[in-house]
Amino acid sequence: MIPEFLVYALLCGLGVALVAGPLGAFVVWRRLAYFGDTLAHSALLGAALGVMLEIHPLLAVAATSLVIAVALVALQTQPQLASDTLLGILSHGTLALGLVCASLVADTRIDLWGLLFGDLLTASHADLIAIYAVAAVVLLVLWIFWRPLVFATLDETLAQVEGVPTARLRLLLMALIALVVALAMKVVGVLLITALLIIPAATSRRFSRSPEIMAVGAALLGMGAVIGGLCFSYWVDTPAGPSIVLTASLLFAFSLLLPARS
Amino acid sequence: MSLPSDNTLIACDHVSWRRDGTQVLQDVSFTIAPGEIVTLIGPNGAGKTSLVNLVIGLAQPGSGRVWRRPKLRLGYMPQHLRFDSTLPLSVERFLRLATQDRAALNLYCERLGVSALLSKQLQSLSGGELQRVLLTRAVLRRPQLLVLDEPTQGVDVLGQADLYRQIAELRDELGCGVLMVSHDLHLVMAKTDTVICLNRHICCHGAPESVARHPEYLQLFGKQAEAIAVYTHHHDHAHDLHGDVVKPHPHHDHSNCTHP
Repeated sequence: MIPEFLVYALLCGLGVALVAGPLGAFVVWRRLAYFGDTLAHSALLGAALGVMLEIHPLLAVAATSLVIAVALVALQTQPQLASDTLLGILSHGTLALGLVCASLVADTRIDLWGLLFGDLLTASHADLIAIYAVAAVVLLVLWIFWRPLVFATLDETLAQVEGVPTARLRLLLMALIALVVALAMKVVGVLLITALLIIPAATSRRFSRSPEIMAVGAALLGMGAVIGGLCFSYWVDTPAGPSIVLTASLLFAFSLLLPARS
Repeated sequence: MSLPSDNTLIACDHVSWRRDGTQVLQDVSFTIAPGEIVTLIGPNGAGKTSLVNLVIGLAQPGSGRVWRRPKLRLGYMPQHLRFDSTLPLSVERFLRLATQDRAALNLYCERLGVSALLSKQLQSLSGGELQRVLLTRAVLRRPQLLVLDEPTQGVDVLGQADLYRQIAELRDELGCGVLMVSHDLHLVMAKTDTVICLNRHICCHGAPESVARHPEYLQLFGKQAEAIAVYTHHHDHAHDLHGDVVKPHPHHDHSNCTHP
């Protein structure tokens, strides 16, 4: 018999992996890995602010990530600095601010280890509902805007000429990534969120001949990593989040041994 | 300016544009009518791509006005496709982003010789193949105005002449206007209605025959133009042309030029 906490952990992890797959594909296509990292680091600040202001952590993290995403878009109009420099500033600035805020809050109320590396095994019924509700919204939005999103990802200029609202789509995608970062924090923690986005998508790329196959493949591979990682974590007694990311990495390494399609 | 007539797709009216404090385009005026092939020529840095960007709405003029026919359907063939090789996409899928009409897709793929490429991945195409796919895509939009930024990049010389011939045929068939940036002077001259010789401002403008004789054109393109003028004007008096072309410093009025 599987213990109840493990069932919740498994379902929560699967829900996040399901949505991280397709979104991760966009992160890979648009080279947003470092952007995802920045949002992930700012999630710690969000969590600390959530405790300070007594807001639900998911909401606090999502809101903080959104603000950071908008700040980044605004900063990118500065021609003097490249975006990776700006991302580096935002990323580490917010991580430092988050750590300082976390230390200011009475230490018993913040589980820093859990924030940094995830605490999937403490997932509750409420977490499960929140994760699936947000995942459903994100997947629905992706479904509706799939075609223009893929087109704008392919070539933003061409899409813009043909009347696709590329700037708004970019903002939409950033908002979706912010939401998923908030979800994934529970599963793998701040430091490993980007891994959950890009590793399954990168693995899937090797076997895909269309964007849809790559997105679905990434979701399936991510879910496989959650199952494998949790089993490993349960039997060998290792932390769940790192075990999941390790499994995803092993899947990627294994995929390199197989012949690529396309 | 007076309101553009019904028979106008694009009207640029004294358009100027600056980038980072540098004047890229100055006081540019021209129109494009349906069925007209307008070719932009000019040296590197003359502002050809900038002017295209203004016409298709990717940039806004600093002063002056770019008028587009309301709801103008554009088919744009960019100089490059900036896609990332991490995005797996077949040629067929790429073309279906432009149209859902399978019959039209098959028809134009056949005509432009890309049928055999449909199942290939976009990133596996050669430069010339990609240009053809991009042209097909632009045509599939059933454009009223076809905008082509250096359509023959990466295409060999034989393919270039072929491509220009096809562009002229597509113009006849679709009745669309064509705005094209080109470097292939002699090939373009034969298949175009209007030539705009651009060097930050419009140096000269008109039918290929008159532009090819224009002193500023000859000054910009020098020796290269010599061969072309002969090529396109075999019907003219060789004597006259010869006199125009070989003169090292032709007498002409430079009053509207700001470049040295």
